[in-house]
Amino acid sequence: MDKYRCEVCNYVYDPALGDPDSGVPAGTPFEKLPDDWVCPVCGADKSQFVKEG
Amino acid sequence: MKPYEIKKGIYWVGVVDWNVRTFHGHTYTTKRGTTYNAYLIIDDKITLVDTVYGPFADEMLEKIAHIVPAEKIDYIIANHVETDHSGALPALMRRCPGAKVFGTEKCRDGLYKNYYGKWEFKTVKTGDTLSLGRRSLSFIEAPMIHWPDSMFTYCPQEKLLLPNDAFGQHYATSERFDDEVDNSILMEEATKYYANILWPLGSVIARKIEEVKKLNIPIDMIAPSHGIIWRKDPFKIIDAYVQWAGNTTKEKVAVVYETMWGATEKMARRMAEGIIDAGVGVTLFDVNLSDRTEIISEMLDTKGFLFGSSTHDNDMLPGIAGFLEFLKGLKAKGRVASAFGSYGWGGGATKEIEQVLSESGIAIAQPSIAVKYMPDEKEMAQCYDFATTFAQAVKKGGSDGSR
Repeated sequence: MDKYRCEVCNYVYDPALGDPDSGVPAGTPFEKLPDDWVCPVCGADKSQFVKEG
Repeated sequence: MKPYEIKKGIYWVGVVDWNVRTFHGHTYTTKRGTTYNAYLIIDDKITLVDTVYGPFADEMLEKIAHIVPAEKIDYIIANHVETDHSGALPALMRRCPGAKVFGTEKCRDGLYKNYYGKWEFKTVKTGDTLSLGRRSLSFIEAPMIHWPDSMFTYCPQEKLLLPNDAFGQHYATSERFDDEVDNSILMEEATKYYANILWPLGSVIARKIEEVKKLNIPIDMIAPSHGIIWRKDPFKIIDAYVQWAGNTTKEKVAVVYETMWGATEKMARRMAEGIIDAGVGVTLFDVNLSDRTEIISEMLDTKGFLFGSSTHDNDMLPGIAGFLEFLKGLKAKGRVASAFGSYGWGGGATKEIEQVLSESGIAIAQPSIAVKYMPDEKEMAQCYDFATTFAQAVKKGGSDGSR
């Protein structure tokens, strides 16, 4: 599963960790995040994320 | 100085910081000083929108006291956690400990981590409204314009937008409105503010402006937290933000360099001549003699960048290195650049510049040019040709902001 980086604040979404504070369990791939999920650090939406190379 | 009534029953109770010369530590030079704007709304619920930088708390409280005792304040809107707008909160809360503070969730957390105050805080989200009596306030979360906690406050009855740092300028004046000051200076300072603070957040800003436009809310005054209030033509600054956020550039080149014994400068000057002769505008800055804040401002709508440095310890010089590091953080889009410089033996500066450019996502238009010690006539001609070729790349790149 790929990690994705927020282009606004550089937060990295790691699917292995998920985003439990926003109710996203560990093991959730980026593609399966809800459409209204936003970066937990800066609030940017999913479209601001790029795949980590 | 007395408070200033900006609309019936709404007062500017901010302060003018005439003497501040560097901001955000030393990342921004404020040659014209700044203001910290706080706004007091007199209604059934007495409401203060934002405060001022901590050292000026007493001055703000004095202004408030001209209108109403500070103890009477019911609500405080904290649009942004940063200390230049929240710094007076602890002093204010000692005067009106029962007042409720409103802001985003991140603002609540940030205020606590700054001041550790035990204040009554109400978290608000986009679309929430707060009735003050005759008037109401609605809130629009604006994350990363320019911190995660940021929000805009809007008063529909007054058609008044209070966007905190967005649309601000560091400009200390006795006047409060755009129609009272020299507009070329006003726009110069607004440009400088956007370039040095908001540039990397263009995509977020473009979306937020779209979102606000879709709300179709009438706006006849924009009162930011720094500088002048826009009332003559509030859409002038919104349109400027749309342009900047879209990375709209002009066909011009900024030559920015650092030199040890004048060889790199010689190259820079000849390059500037080549660019001018190719019919493209140019600005030239010795990075150590110029004000970085102003160079960045000039670069905001500049399509092409030429960066030069002598080689020192196999690397570029520290002034230009610091400059490029700052520029990297601004994530300039849709630009072209190239490197040049002189060296004595091994070289290395141009390679290091290119390395930072690639890390910055700035396209390298053509291979760099490096000259051993002082350029001779032939090498000066090469510099000239290097520049005219670069000018063509700037023209070809167009001005649509595309990469």
